[in-house]
Amino acid sequence: MKRRQFIQKSTAATVLAGVGGLSLQSFGSSTKKITILHTNDVHSHIDPFGPDDGRNANKGGVARRATLVESIRQENPNTLLLDAGDIFQGTPYFNYYGGELEFKLMSMLKYDVATIGNHDFDNGIDGLYAQIPHADFEFVSANYDFSNTVMDTHVKPYKIIIKDGIKIGIFGLGIKLDGLVDKNMYKETVYHDPIEKAQDMSRVLKEDEKCDLVICLSHIGYEYKNRPDKVSDIKLARATKDIDLIIGGHTHTFLSKPTIEENSVGKKVLVNQVGCYGLYLGKVDFYFNSGKHIKSDGASIMV
Amino acid sequence: MTIKHTLKLCFLLLIFSCASPNISKIEGKRLNIDENLKSDEAIEAFIKPYREHVNKDMDNVISYAPETYTKGDGKYNTAIGNLMADAVFSEGNPVFNKRTGKNIDFVLLNHGGIRSIISKGDITTRTAYEIMPFENSVVVAELKGEQINEMIQYLSKAKRAHPISSQLQLTLDKDGNIKSATVHGEPIDTTKTYNVATNDYLYNGGDGMVFFSKNEGLHVLNYKIRDVLIDNFKKRDTLNPKQDNRFIQLND
Repeated sequence: MKRRQFIQKSTAATVLAGVGGLSLQSFGSSTKKITILHTNDVHSHIDPFGPDDGRNANKGGVARRATLVESIRQENPNTLLLDAGDIFQGTPYFNYYGGELEFKLMSMLKYDVATIGNHDFDNGIDGLYAQIPHADFEFVSANYDFSNTVMDTHVKPYKIIIKDGIKIGIFGLGIKLDGLVDKNMYKETVYHDPIEKAQDMSRVLKEDEKCDLVICLSHIGYEYKNRPDKVSDIKLARATKDIDLIIGGHTHTFLSKPTIEENSVGKKVLVNQVGCYGLYLGKVDFYFNSGKHIKSDGASIMV
Repeated sequence: MTIKHTLKLCFLLLIFSCASPNISKIEGKRLNIDENLKSDEAIEAFIKPYREHVNKDMDNVISYAPETYTKGDGKYNTAIGNLMADAVFSEGNPVFNKRTGKNIDFVLLNHGGIRSIISKGDITTRTAYEIMPFENSVVVAELKGEQINEMIQYLSKAKRAHPISSQLQLTLDKDGNIKSATVHGEPIDTTKTYNVATNDYLYNGGDGMVFFSKNEGLHVLNYKIRDVLIDNFKKRDTLNPKQDNRFIQLND
């Protein structure tokens, strides 16, 4: 009996090895892997929650996130680290230091790109501007026009990053500020329709810039079931094309895995959000195959 | 091989080399950040001096909570929301009265403005920072009865436990229409002007509370909501807030 079990086990092992070898062969040297790591709505949660916290005991913490991010980068150097806004506000660190520590730590963790959430205006647009020197990463927003504010030139509509020859376009979207943020705080920041701007951006990134991967960093919120007219990541996913991944924020939605939606031309688009307070890190791996002609819809999605 | 052939080959090669990479596979997962991960030492060392400075101020115990309270604990009113609105009334009214000789009629805050739970156990200064991290302050708006009616319409439609102080009583029928609305036990009087305490965010139209814009006057108390909570908590050994009947919907 034992012998039989052993044979079964070893046969299974052989099959597995065979599959592994096969997949390696078929990918050949032309397979590339891009890892996208993301956070949202960290809200100044630098320290882990304490052991007595009523809801999130012993969870979170920037220093732990740093360890995890570093181990993933060791595994795949072609990794990007992104944040979908509301970096500020939520612990006394923000009240005491105005966001300086948040930006300094994100720079140490080598964040690549972030977008701007409504709470990032909590010390006014001048308060945000004052912390910009501490950020060694870039801000993107395609639908906030900052031209008549101090933030002019400090926020770009999109950013292109090339990793291992793969061209990645990342654009940002922010939520409507009127009624949500005091006008004295956001001043002359002008909000534009997120879906229209996303349509422009995906065209620019896909057709003009010829990006291989298009990512939207959004702070418009995942979905508003009681307010069907309100724009959200789900509506955005359905109304646009050529976006591969929407990384969301604002609604503090804890998705255990990315949601798969169909875009305006029937292609799959992923929407993800990892709740809030740095309790989780989102990870999406994109595998690219350049040698063969694969139908662009042929990507297998494993979530 | 003719020149024509060579050209064709070059052309084919060109097409292949230009073919943009296609996504063949996508894998997505969520990773936990918890005690199973070791903290990065450099990051930890960097945070340390900031943490020590902040903690010195934050960790003094000012009260005690026998239970955990969250803003999701009720449909129209919650213990934590009632605690906050009543605290703004009891701490804000003496300041308002001293300046104007008048009294606050009631308080309205917003559900979204409760930024954290109150965990069972010791209440520290930090608790107040967690519940109310924003720098918003108490303002008192003079609103005519007509605007109070608009506010009540807003509250009946919002279907959220926006915190109100106990002086306001709101009852909805089973269809969500207003059945009764009273201030100090009296129906809303459209000829009267009410002194409504709120925060400057809502006064400026935050959360769609546009009824504050048609006011007869504004009193800025220069009193942060967070300081209201700290002052209120310090006066009490134990916080024991309760959900009650100040804002309810009838079942039949």
